[in-house]
Amino acid sequence: MTTAELHRMTGAYALHALSDEERDAFERHLSDCAPCAQETAELGATAARLGLAVSVAPRREMREQVLRRIASVRQASPSEPEPESESEPVRSGRARLRARLLSRWALAACVAAAAALGGTTVWQHQRAEDALGQARRAEQGTERIAAVLAAPDARTRVARLAGGAAGTVVVSRERDQAVFLAAGMTHPPAGKVYQLWFDDDGTMRSAGLLDPGRSDQAVLLRGAVDGASGMGVTVEPAGGSEQPTTSPLALVDFPA
Amino acid sequence: MKEAVHIGRNPSTEPDLEELVGRVALGDEKAFASVYDAVVSPVLGVVRAVLRDRAQSEEVAQEVLVEVWRTAPRYRSERGTAINWILTLAHRRAVDRVRHAEAVAARDHKAALLDRTPEYDEVAEQVETRLEREQVRRCLRTLTDIQRQAVTLAYYRGLTYRQVAESLVLPLGTVKTRLRDGLIRLRDCLGVTA
Repeated sequence: MTTAELHRMTGAYALHALSDEERDAFERHLSDCAPCAQETAELGATAARLGLAVSVAPRREMREQVLRRIASVRQASPSEPEPESESEPVRSGRARLRARLLSRWALAACVAAAAALGGTTVWQHQRAEDALGQARRAEQGTERIAAVLAAPDARTRVARLAGGAAGTVVVSRERDQAVFLAAGMTHPPAGKVYQLWFDDDGTMRSAGLLDPGRSDQAVLLRGAVDGASGMGVTVEPAGGSEQPTTSPLALVDFPA
Repeated sequence: MKEAVHIGRNPSTEPDLEELVGRVALGDEKAFASVYDAVVSPVLGVVRAVLRDRAQSEEVAQEVLVEVWRTAPRYRSERGTAINWILTLAHRRAVDRVRHAEAVAARDHKAALLDRTPEYDEVAEQVETRLEREQVRRCLRTLTDIQRQAVTLAYYRGLTYRQVAESLVLPLGTVKTRLRDGLIRLRDCLGVTA
């Protein structure tokens, strides 16, 4: 769309008559075009007058209903101003990252949980919340895990593990990092741990250990993806091994 | 207790809507009740104009009012009047709902449009705030037919400008231009400043 075309869209924008894509393009344009912003504000106010002219008396009960509803609605924080496009709140960088992490994380956890048990929605949700809580508690690596989960190029793959557990792998080629989300893992036998491996075309390279005490967890794979084609999980003696000593519980190809 | 609140341009000693919204922003439920009383009719009017369906309109209007409560802390008076903010929110919500419903129903586009082509005066007949209505009506009459039809279809029916173009059998560029110059003429006639 040319700038001249964008200039002419002030009216359609004020009337909410643009498609989502056009609206986004126009809003980007607005931030660099002071005259357009002024005109848009005026035309928006004009459109509101069209609204004022069509008042309809509500049912009397509606007042009570709305007042009751707001009593349980928490108000937004003023520190993250929303622009005129109210339906899509713009968040600060950190908050946005967190929000994306939450949704992506919740999704991944739900997917993993579903793969593991094919459970009910409620259960999946519960599981997602549990997993989320755990992720929050894990101080170490949470930021870096978040960065991978929220990476624009993050790709996800879900694998079924032996014993009904599920693993979800999230890879960001751009960051060259991968995260493994485990759901419903049984505890390893005493004196053993789950070890993660990068699969370099058949050669396994250690990528760290899972916490043996937890059945659900998120782990940043240690080291760079560095072109690995996938990852694996094996059971190893406590402390881990240089090379896998057992056959993998799972081998997962990274998403292309 | 209801407080009288002026939402128009009338200067008055009553608390103005901006001030009330400022109190709502601090969690004042009583102030919210006053805001409710001041804006519920136009909010419902806007939503009903777009959605037509009574039950659905009330549902969306309630959502809008709850959203006003929720986002009041983010309202900035320097960006516009409170009524403008609230009615913009109401219109946006109603339009989103109607487009979503259209997408879900995936019904035949043209049939849907024909269905919703309005009698222009039908909208104005719902008006209760007489002065406002009279003034808006008078100013709408200063528009060309095409300007008025385009603006009315877009605002009161929630059509995109593409749908307006289809419905009036006009080129897209013409509709875009008419929506803009129609609103500009309306702005000047109503004496709107932002």
